[in-house]
Amino acid sequence: MNEKIRMSIIYTVLSVFGLMMIVPFIWMISTALMTQSEFNKHESTFIPKEEYHVWDSGAGKAKKVLLVMEKGSTSIIHLLDSDGKIVKEYQEAPSSQIKLIKKVPSFHWKNFTKAFKKVPFGLYFANTLYVSFLSLIGVLITSMLAAYAFARMEFTGRDFFFYLFLSMMMVPEPIYLISSYVLLDKIHWLDTYQALIVPWCVNIFTIFLFRQHFKSLPQELFDAAAIDGCSTFGMLWRIMIPLSKPIIATASIFSLIGSWNSFMWPLVMTNRPELRVLQVGLSYFNQEASTQTTLLMAASTFSIIPILILFFMAQKQIIASYAKAGLKD
Amino acid sequence: MKTKWKVSPYLYIMPAFALLFAFRLIPIVMSFVISFFEWSIKGTGKFIGLMNYTNMLKDDVFWQSMTNTFWLVIIVVPASIVFSLLFAVMLNQIKALKGLFRTVYFMPFVTSLVAVSIVWKIMFNEQTGLMNTMIGWVGIEPQKWLSEARGIFEIFFTGMGISLPKWLGGPSQALFAIIIMTVWKGLGYNTIIYLAGLQNISKVYYEAAEIDGASKMRQFWRITLPLVSPTTFYVLIMTTIVSFQAFAQIYLMTDKGGPLNTTKLIVYYIYEKGFDTLDMGYASAVALALFVLILALTVFQKRLEKHVNY
Repeated sequence: MNEKIRMSIIYTVLSVFGLMMIVPFIWMISTALMTQSEFNKHESTFIPKEEYHVWDSGAGKAKKVLLVMEKGSTSIIHLLDSDGKIVKEYQEAPSSQIKLIKKVPSFHWKNFTKAFKKVPFGLYFANTLYVSFLSLIGVLITSMLAAYAFARMEFTGRDFFFYLFLSMMMVPEPIYLISSYVLLDKIHWLDTYQALIVPWCVNIFTIFLFRQHFKSLPQELFDAAAIDGCSTFGMLWRIMIPLSKPIIATASIFSLIGSWNSFMWPLVMTNRPELRVLQVGLSYFNQEASTQTTLLMAASTFSIIPILILFFMAQKQIIASYAKAGLKD
Repeated sequence: MKTKWKVSPYLYIMPAFALLFAFRLIPIVMSFVISFFEWSIKGTGKFIGLMNYTNMLKDDVFWQSMTNTFWLVIIVVPASIVFSLLFAVMLNQIKALKGLFRTVYFMPFVTSLVAVSIVWKIMFNEQTGLMNTMIGWVGIEPQKWLSEARGIFEIFFTGMGISLPKWLGGPSQALFAIIIMTVWKGLGYNTIIYLAGLQNISKVYYEAAEIDGASKMRQFWRITLPLVSPTTFYVLIMTTIVSFQAFAQIYLMTDKGGPLNTTKLIVYYIYEKGFDTLDMGYASAVALALFVLILALTVFQKRLEKHVNY
């Protein structure tokens, strides 16, 4: 087959599927920018539009206006000019004076401010950041210390501990969810920040990442440092950590994305609204506002944006990290 | 050279070990213990031996959740493998726009399951959702998706005028909607893993095949597929384990695993028994059953991998 034809087939297929991968995101944003009534009428799919009307004031002069209906005890109809200023108010639709001329794109940014007013996103973001960063610091400390011992020290029971760690990694979270709840209840940790942070200050996979890396460092470095009188901890602090920046970056990415997106654990372990992390808060909003589709979409957009910014800023590094981690297994 | 360690290595593994002991090992053991008790949320439980397990075997909803989970795994895993391998093979051959495509395919994987579940729930809405709009473009009539309890095979064959016996109905359309979304969510990760696997295959094989005049198709079946099989096993095992744990989709997109329990997956059932019905002993028994199942499947897949060793 002709190489050019083959390539154009590949590009076409990749584009079609690529579009399918991002269509939900595009639709999420465009729905977030529609008014609820426009969404319910199901007239525009991707580009939010609003209806402009011609208003004839009676003097023969037609004016282009935007018709806005406000539902209250009595329905009031506003006629707005192109700047959004109210030019006239009606109690009922003056159908004889108003004619629909066309629909034009119009983005309803207000949904975002509305969603922000209904949901304390600021608090949820702060909680999520707090929990994510503290567990990240915990993971880095515990992982580097343990990996150091596993990679470069000899001690009785090293293999035993290593395989014990390995086997615990095989147990999925749902298996110990119920018993963890009982345990946290017994030590009065339910509904506290430490319930969200402390159990996640260790990550077995990260220990393995660091161990792998520490093992690959040349022995000469350590011998030289030992001659210079460097202490055991000093070797970790002065030699290994400075040489581990790519691994630290990878581990941080996994840890941050993982805790940013974690849902089941915080859903179960916390109840107080003040402790809600972003995902839990979003799920409560999903129940409360199930009919306010456009606000739900605005809220979802909000919650996705930070992680997408992080992703776009470091997408090469992130994708490479996941790819490498997968291969090492 | 052996260095003499001044500080005991045990101190170094202590922090990690203490946390794992307290928050993994103890809960795992407790999970086992609790499953022999009638354990409500507060207060101590009552020892009831194997009652939770015998009740489980008689529980219709448990078996339905298991069946639903099996349908999900059995469709999601092969679909994800086929599509991600296809994407990876194509991505591996292009030069321009490679980074862009990779980013686009990977995007669903990094975004939170909660947010995308909400988006997909609205996409599957019967009246206003994008799914029905899009299938309308190719002339398919609107579907009920998440509120349809009938099986997908049943719907398909009824449309052709054939009525199937009930047990051949297949997963409900609601579960099928969950399946579509789950495949979409994980596809990017598997594609990236495959892409890395493909880049490890030496170009020499393809050059030799090219000289022998083997077609691209033949090269794929005879070189790519066998040599990428370690990656395939990794993807197979990981996707299976992750699919068994699907929870957020059900929690956010369905009404408690409805309609008619057809989207109730096993982890959702554990959650429901534990935190809605507050029957934690029973929930732990179900959790352990799931663990044994996942473990058995993983061991089986590992055995299979040794068997198909290239």
